[in-house]
Amino acid sequence: MTDTTSQSNLADKLLQRAAPGRAEFEDLVVVPIFAVIVALIVGALIMLATAVDIETIGRSYLALLQGSVGSMNAISETLTSAIPLVLAGLGLALGFRAGLFNIGAEGQIVVGGIAAVIVGFSFPNMPWIIHMPLALLAGAVAGGLYASIAGYLRAATGAHEVITTIMLNLSSYLLLSYMLGLEWMQRPGRSDPVSKSVLPSAELPRLLTDIDPNLRLHAGIFVMIAAVILVHWLLFKTRTGFEYRASGENPDAARYAGMHASAIIVFAMATAGALAGLAGANQVLGVLERATPGFSSGIGFDAISVALLGRSHPVGVLFAGLLFGALEAGGRQMQVDAGVSIDLISIIQALIIVFIAAPLLVRAIFPWGFKKPAGR
Amino acid sequence: MTAASTTDLAPDAKIDTHKARQARIYGIVLIGLAVLVAAVFGYGSEGNATFGLSRPRDPWVIPNLVVPAASFNYIAAAVLAFLGVRQFMRGGSRWSTVSIAVGFALATAAFLVWATAGKSFSLTGMLSATVVAAVPIALGGLAGVLSERVAVVNIAIEGMLLAGAFTGALMGSLLGGWAGVLFAVLVGGLFGFILAALVVTYRMDQIIAGVVITLFVTGVTSYVSSQVFSEYRFLNNAPVFRAWKIPFLGDIPVIGPVLFNQNLFVYGALILVSVATYYLFHTRYGLRARSVGEHPRAADTLGINVYRTRYINVTLAGMVAGFGGAWFTLGSVGRFDENMTGGLGYIGLAAMIFGRWHPFGALMAALIFGFADSLQQKLAIVRTPIPSEFLAMAPYLATIVVVAGFVGRSRPPAADGKPYVKE
Amino acid sequence: MDVELRGITKRFGPVTANDNVNLTIRAGEVLGLLGENGAGKSTMMNILSGLYSPDEGEILIDGKRVDFEGPGDGIAAGIGMVHQHFMLVPVFTVAENVILGVEPTGMFDYLDLATARKQVRDINEKYGLQVNPDALIEDLPVGIQQRVEILKVLFRSAEVLILDEPTAVLTPQEVEDFFGIVKSLRDAGKAIVFITHKLHEILEISDRINVLRGGRITGEGDPKSMTENQLAEMMVGRPVSFDVDKGPFKPGETLLDVKNLMVLNENDETAVENVSFHVRSGEVVGIAGVQGNGQSELIEALTGLAHAAGGKIDFLGRDITNVSVRERHRMGMAHVPEDRHKSGMISNFTIYENMVLNTYYEDRFSSGPAIKWPDVLKTAAQYAVDFDVRTPSVYLKAGNLSGGNQQKMVVARELERETKLVIASQPTRGLDVGSIEYIHSRLMGARDEGDGVIIVSSELDEIMALSDRVLVMYDGKIVAEFDATAGPLDKNAIGLAMAGVTA
Repeated sequence: MTDTTSQSNLADKLLQRAAPGRAEFEDLVVVPIFAVIVALIVGALIMLATAVDIETIGRSYLALLQGSVGSMNAISETLTSAIPLVLAGLGLALGFRAGLFNIGAEGQIVVGGIAAVIVGFSFPNMPWIIHMPLALLAGAVAGGLYASIAGYLRAATGAHEVITTIMLNLSSYLLLSYMLGLEWMQRPGRSDPVSKSVLPSAELPRLLTDIDPNLRLHAGIFVMIAAVILVHWLLFKTRTGFEYRASGENPDAARYAGMHASAIIVFAMATAGALAGLAGANQVLGVLERATPGFSSGIGFDAISVALLGRSHPVGVLFAGLLFGALEAGGRQMQVDAGVSIDLISIIQALIIVFIAAPLLVRAIFPWGFKKPAGR
Repeated sequence: MTAASTTDLAPDAKIDTHKARQARIYGIVLIGLAVLVAAVFGYGSEGNATFGLSRPRDPWVIPNLVVPAASFNYIAAAVLAFLGVRQFMRGGSRWSTVSIAVGFALATAAFLVWATAGKSFSLTGMLSATVVAAVPIALGGLAGVLSERVAVVNIAIEGMLLAGAFTGALMGSLLGGWAGVLFAVLVGGLFGFILAALVVTYRMDQIIAGVVITLFVTGVTSYVSSQVFSEYRFLNNAPVFRAWKIPFLGDIPVIGPVLFNQNLFVYGALILVSVATYYLFHTRYGLRARSVGEHPRAADTLGINVYRTRYINVTLAGMVAGFGGAWFTLGSVGRFDENMTGGLGYIGLAAMIFGRWHPFGALMAALIFGFADSLQQKLAIVRTPIPSEFLAMAPYLATIVVVAGFVGRSRPPAADGKPYVKE
Repeated sequence: MDVELRGITKRFGPVTANDNVNLTIRAGEVLGLLGENGAGKSTMMNILSGLYSPDEGEILIDGKRVDFEGPGDGIAAGIGMVHQHFMLVPVFTVAENVILGVEPTGMFDYLDLATARKQVRDINEKYGLQVNPDALIEDLPVGIQQRVEILKVLFRSAEVLILDEPTAVLTPQEVEDFFGIVKSLRDAGKAIVFITHKLHEILEISDRINVLRGGRITGEGDPKSMTENQLAEMMVGRPVSFDVDKGPFKPGETLLDVKNLMVLNENDETAVENVSFHVRSGEVVGIAGVQGNGQSELIEALTGLAHAAGGKIDFLGRDITNVSVRERHRMGMAHVPEDRHKSGMISNFTIYENMVLNTYYEDRFSSGPAIKWPDVLKTAAQYAVDFDVRTPSVYLKAGNLSGGNQQKMVVARELERETKLVIASQPTRGLDVGSIEYIHSRLMGARDEGDGVIIVSSELDEIMALSDRVLVMYDGKIVAEFDATAGPLDKNAIGLAMAGVTA
């Protein structure tokens, strides 16, 4: 054969990486932009169909923009809304990477929130440096345990996680409603289901009250950023992440490679649930300061869209979460200013996902946006 | 050449089969149920449980069923214990499935007797409510069967039910009940067609497509509901289909009120299940549809249009789900509420799995879920020590148990969930 | 019925699978179409049956041009294809499979299975196929399944039968029976296209031979005047030696000792029954047998992927019956799995990730919880060079490699570490001759360095060329053992053992 020097030259050549191609650019930039634009257009059509006049439509989209990035308060609201979406979205993304279609973030948020609230109001004399992290931890652990029920069932019996997690979501609402009626949980003097308030020592402190006392952005944003970095490291730099991804792409190959499939499923679900639980804890410790029925307000379902839009990549999830946070914050403004129901936002979000998950569809609608028709 | 050694067999080659292990687990479950029934339901029961079978105005009145609660439950516990021990000792027999089914039925009966002890309770009424509650689940399950038989996983059933409920309310309010049903079916079919387009033509991941359709329908219906219905209430005030009593059959005690004095949706579900069974298993197009679900490439080589078959069947599935959705409004309360389907579409999918991808199987499974639902509703009225929230979880927990306990043992269509790419 | 292909060209993206191919098929004649894997045989026949449409060229039937829009048109025109991978629905009965697409029906679209059964029986009798129309496909042995495929084609009154690699799954004796059926079809006036890469078969059955290489027809001739060597050169484009270089046989100590092994399949049926054998250092043990006779389950149990329901496996003197997959890897067991796409690699992962799929946790590649990707990259590039994996970069997704390079990647990963025992299942299935030769030489290299090697293959020729000892599996049992070091192997005897006939 050849001598060693040319051999090592050959090996060096193989280490060169191809420059990111046009296809990647289209996939990561063009498709999402088109998706958002088309979704907004269809949203406008739906408003037209429900007898909203053109002027109001214009006003609502203006309000959407102003309410999301138009002012300091808008940006604070956008970030505040993005925190739980990104956290739960990271959890779901992690699950998707491991081949688990966990749509139980909603239930995990509820359970995590309950646990965080309980810890949050239960220890009156604890210093915040212990109390707040403990409350967050309680949320993460509860969410993780709740998710691992579905993980265990999948690993042990093959029960599909889509069905089990949905059933756990539905059960979690009932659990919440039961717990909010318990004497030690309910706020004294109230007959409606509201929990006791979280003690100041467990609250996630607001960050911008010096500028304006109404700004709600809280320290959860640091939790969010840390989580993005940590999940990225976990997925792409560690053995565990390699195992998750291998098992998600091809479970047979993972088994062949000596990876422990059942353990991966349970751990991946638990990690995903812990992140969702953390999202729930963030809501109760940073925004609401107590638990009420429906405090999860569908974040777990929006997080599915965030994870899909972010292509199950931590950085993508961060951007997707910011976008959805902006839509959420802007949507509230839109409801106030233009009188258009905020439910329109969930339609727009669903449409964005349709186009993201079916790039062929976007290509079919905008053939001129792409270099070549999908010829695979 | 030497023949391989086949003589020195291992003397005691005891083989640990899956069946044997499963039989042992069943045995343990049954024994556990026996203990529960004896200790809680038997020990904790006093007096008689009275089950009403007919109403005084019925043409043929049959006497109420009076059960001495404690004795009944001790006997039930004894039978359970017998079944459990037998299962544990002589595992792997072909009676495993029967035993566990009988066991669960007995335990449920014991629970019912315990909860009713010292009171009375209309059994016929509960069975009738069971059938009614089973309708959307059965139709959801049937929609699942129709689309998964052509290998399209249909997580969108929840959304299709919701779309049917919404359309039924809206068009029912505007044009009357029958028009409401018609449009509900059409809109359900439209979403079926959209699902087919997304997964067949645009090769979107089937689960994502289903979830997204459900999110979209939830968004649209909630939006219109809060944007339009809240202001124009007459748009959300549809007539409700009343029960039609079938002459003669409807007068049979117990069976009559349960099966033959119901509304359009109950009869419709029974007819659709029968028609679907005939279609799938006794017609040419059914055979072709199933071949597409099992081995699409084989079907393709024989000139069967895989894509068209999937489009047609998934659209039909959507129509069935749309009809099932109309039940929520036109068959029940007459008005649409946000998210009123409450996850029944997913329970329908569980019914499909439990029913082994067969229309009648899905119907039977739906009846079990319907029973769990009507049981919890009745028990919330009869006072029990169990908090109502936990009773309300019963259908969800039953779904989890069913999916966990049976999914591994029933075989889905071989190509289920896999896109087919024509070369 | 005569069929003519004129100037057929078919491209898949940048790959030209068929390049200006001309071919004539005549009634009452067996046309042998020879070519190695990837030469474009299947593409051509899929064009002829209407499954693909050609980019250029035309098809003429009895001199008239036809255009096929889909597979239905091919069938309607009387062209039937028996695919290499059977196109049968496993949970349907024979009759249901045969009538699928041309079903007899009654009122309300009622499926008339009674008529179907009768029609199937009639064809059965006419050509002596002997298949029970009510049997479920999944319960039938592959040899019978193939007859069902032929039944399907005949039921549609095809005049041209295309048989794509029909003998791949048959024992030598079954091949003889099958040739009998082919000849009776030919004598009944059907036109037969017999596609294969097996030289002796094509010489035996064909009336005329065409050779395909790189998508072009490279040779044509009369089987009576051609030799295997000539054909091989036409097929590969260079002289081919079918002998494998291997060093002298020097068996060492016993590495693997299997005693009374029992393995169950998913349905709790006994798949491997009471199997005992051993493998020594420096020895190649070939396991022959028709697919589905327990070989896969045996390998799964040896490598730890399946649970042994009974018996004992000793490896390097240690009882590993209940030891994990990973521990077996660590002890020096290498495993080239039978289906690389199913379990041997991850198509969506890069080459470098695939190269460490089961070694990423070793100290070479990991420290603490983190993987040392720079080290992985360097090693992967070196492996790729060492094993002739042809790729522009190790960052490429493994799914973008050709089949031969994918398999070389898998083999590289398995052999580039301290191995004691190499288990290779169908190591060359579906590969081109160059890759086959390369992988064979690497496996023999492992043997000559003192490893034990187990090779499972359904290609009897491969087993016979490589093995020092041959075990034959039938119905979950090892039914015969042959020693290749004592003298030449008796192919006929092995074939009989594969069919379950023991002397």
